[in-house]
Amino acid sequence: METIKVDIAIVGGGGAGLRAAIAAAEADASQTIALISKVYPMRSHTVAAEGGSAAVTQAHDNLDHHFHDTVAGGDWLCEQDVVEYFVAHAREEMVQLEHWGCPWSRKDNGHVNVRAFGGMKIERTWFAADKTGFHILHTLFQTSMKYPSIRRFDEHFCCDLIVENGRCHGAVVIEVATGKFTFIQARAVIIATGGAGRVFRENTNGGIVTGDGMALAYRHGVPLRDMEFVQYHPTCMPGTGLLFTEACRGEGGFLLNRDGYRYLQDYGLGPPDPSPRNKAMELGPRDRLSQAFWHEKQKGKTIDGPHGQVVHLDLRHLGEKKLHERLPQICELAEEFLGVDPAHAPIPVCPAVHYTMGGIMANGETASPLAGLYSAGECSSVGLHGANRLGSNSLAELCVFGKVAGSEASKFARSVTSHHSGTLEKQAEDVKQQALGIITRSGGTERMAILRTEMAQSMEDGCGIYRTGTAMQATCDKIDELRERYRNLNIDDRSSTWNTEWLLAIELGYQLDVAQSMVYSAINRKESRGSHQRLDGYEQRDDVNYLRHTLAHYNGDAAPRIDYMGVRITKSRPGIRAYGAAGEKAEQERKNREAASD
Amino acid sequence: MTDIEKTIEIEVMRYHPEQDASPVFKTYRIPYASDQSVLQGLQYIKDYIDGTLSFRWSCRMAICGSCGVMINNQPKLSCKTFLRDYYPGKIRVEALQHLPIERDLVIDATDFINKLESIKPYIVPREARSLEQGEYLQTPEQLARYEQFSSCINCMLCYAACPQYGLKPEFTGPGVLALLHRYNADSRDGARADRMQIVNAEEGVWGCTLVGYCSEVCPKQVDPAAAVNRNKVNSTLDYFLRFLMPGGGESG
Repeated sequence: METIKVDIAIVGGGGAGLRAAIAAAEADASQTIALISKVYPMRSHTVAAEGGSAAVTQAHDNLDHHFHDTVAGGDWLCEQDVVEYFVAHAREEMVQLEHWGCPWSRKDNGHVNVRAFGGMKIERTWFAADKTGFHILHTLFQTSMKYPSIRRFDEHFCCDLIVENGRCHGAVVIEVATGKFTFIQARAVIIATGGAGRVFRENTNGGIVTGDGMALAYRHGVPLRDMEFVQYHPTCMPGTGLLFTEACRGEGGFLLNRDGYRYLQDYGLGPPDPSPRNKAMELGPRDRLSQAFWHEKQKGKTIDGPHGQVVHLDLRHLGEKKLHERLPQICELAEEFLGVDPAHAPIPVCPAVHYTMGGIMANGETASPLAGLYSAGECSSVGLHGANRLGSNSLAELCVFGKVAGSEASKFARSVTSHHSGTLEKQAEDVKQQALGIITRSGGTERMAILRTEMAQSMEDGCGIYRTGTAMQATCDKIDELRERYRNLNIDDRSSTWNTEWLLAIELGYQLDVAQSMVYSAINRKESRGSHQRLDGYEQRDDVNYLRHTLAHYNGDAAPRIDYMGVRITKSRPGIRAYGAAGEKAEQERKNREAASD
Repeated sequence: MTDIEKTIEIEVMRYHPEQDASPVFKTYRIPYASDQSVLQGLQYIKDYIDGTLSFRWSCRMAICGSCGVMINNQPKLSCKTFLRDYYPGKIRVEALQHLPIERDLVIDATDFINKLESIKPYIVPREARSLEQGEYLQTPEQLARYEQFSSCINCMLCYAACPQYGLKPEFTGPGVLALLHRYNADSRDGARADRMQIVNAEEGVWGCTLVGYCSEVCPKQVDPAAAVNRNKVNSTLDYFLRFLMPGGGESG
């Protein structure tokens, strides 16, 4: 097997990986960077982000507001020093993207425009129509071509990391077109492989979002943190789960039940003003909105559709002109996939899994506990989102922490000597044999699609919007069983050219490990917080016992070992998480308290 | 008959370089539903009938650009082409034409990527500006001059549609020329003169014979033909201005 030596290897070529690559290239042009992506980078799932990216921009906004929105939005499970760093650096990253050519939507005076988003007190979401992720990704991808030190390994699938003596030394990759293995030996490795939403049945994610990097780090002893927190986005396409951006509501869209009633007012989010009011009604946070849907469904107030129960996302009052200017992709999706013209009819929507708040444990500098291993973007748990992410914080996150990861990895790579031991190559050879084992062994009887479908259904049943111990236990048992059956997989394809069935099998292995970390983390959290809501006697937040992060440790064939670590609180003590009029009252009380203690 | 009992035939091009001298077609019968995409049909085949079928896909919502194929002879994204548009007829799915086939429906995208890299697809600032100075000002009118061309998802349907590219693969081609124009038309950019050399070259806009099929098949209304035609005007002006002002003009 060929060994290619580089200074920094980046696994994942989406927004975070590309931003990290550029940061590393700018930090030290003499270092070599391998950017490894299982697809062409512009296919990465950043492409599907729609609504925008948050950064304090307007004169009447400030960093403190963004900080408080994020921390309260995360139900106080955020690392507050990380949030402070994030809000302070988001704007310069958005300006940087502007300088690199991102076609941000503009005001008449030529300045960048911002829009309202859920859970955000003041409009601060930068947007490029409703294709913000697409434009950020292509801007970063095309800009990355300026840097000769970035060597891309497009359509190269990462099948393992190489770790020796407590340090990460690179990755083994498979060239998809040929099946050829390469050991990319690196002084530092950054994982930027995105989320894991495909472990659930109905989700907004692309087929490639299979938790690869999370599983790889986890198998090498790096804990996965807060994996029970999985975000349901409230407005998705029934059947496929495709996303209708929160910007639909930022621009003034309504959510209506079967009676045409704006039901969110019944869930502590009112009053129902006719025009958007920040942090109220349709601009509440995603966890609360998805939970409200669930309750409406229980009450029989939702609408029957061919793919289950739905509510209506009504954009008609925005008018055709605004819809085509601000939400062109939404119009296209509704018309082409559903035959609905949003200017004339409401869009049927339901919640679907969208985002994994948790991920590879990382400190504020994106470093994992394993020396030489960094992570950024959705795969990473840098501590920004807590128990629920606010819309438009993740695109900003992948820029802010992608950059940090690139410069930190560059620094680390300069500080360590290269490793000459032949034991790394030996390990890489073992990795290759193990990966080949999937297609060379015979006698398997389990069909991959069946295992994948059972996993996804079980995760939806046990780890959905509301959870119970009984249902989560059933999912724990199911995932344990599927991991067992996975060893008996049957593969039709035994060739080396574009063998996607083989790579899907490796991905399914990643997914099962990540799914297991999610459900075991969930069943052990005996409280309700953010996106983790229980119905079995643990309906309240319990700060005494659970104001702490869950850590899931890989445990081979057995279930993960779960333990906990503290949450860093700098300036916001856990308080009442309220929205709408109740939220305004709670915030006034907080301010009064702070003024009194100053 | 309800949707549940209906089926539809998909004829899929199969080619495996380790086994086949040339592509062959294989027909699969799959369950029909009016809201199912051709991509979902291909996924059904892979999941339940034949795991060896290879094709690219990811987002399922016509933005990642992975899933371009020929469907009944037309270049299309399989994720937003629906079985209902063909039922009860047969659907024939092939790899995008004009591009080398790696396996089954997977084409080799290297040529497109190389061409994209060759056009300086990034802003070369007309004026330097630090981050502290904030964003460049750009009015909605200035944005509108290039926004449409920045919407290219690199799906390469226009390359499969372009008869010139089929005959002369060295032609830069519609998608990359649209992206080139995207940067040239951006008020922040100052590298137009460099890129005009690519536009003016034989493989540049003059390779286009004005068929316009590229714009017809574009799934994102980028209209690459408009970008190419605008650059024919620019290229002509550039040619004359070069006589008047050595070093190239700043036309258009």
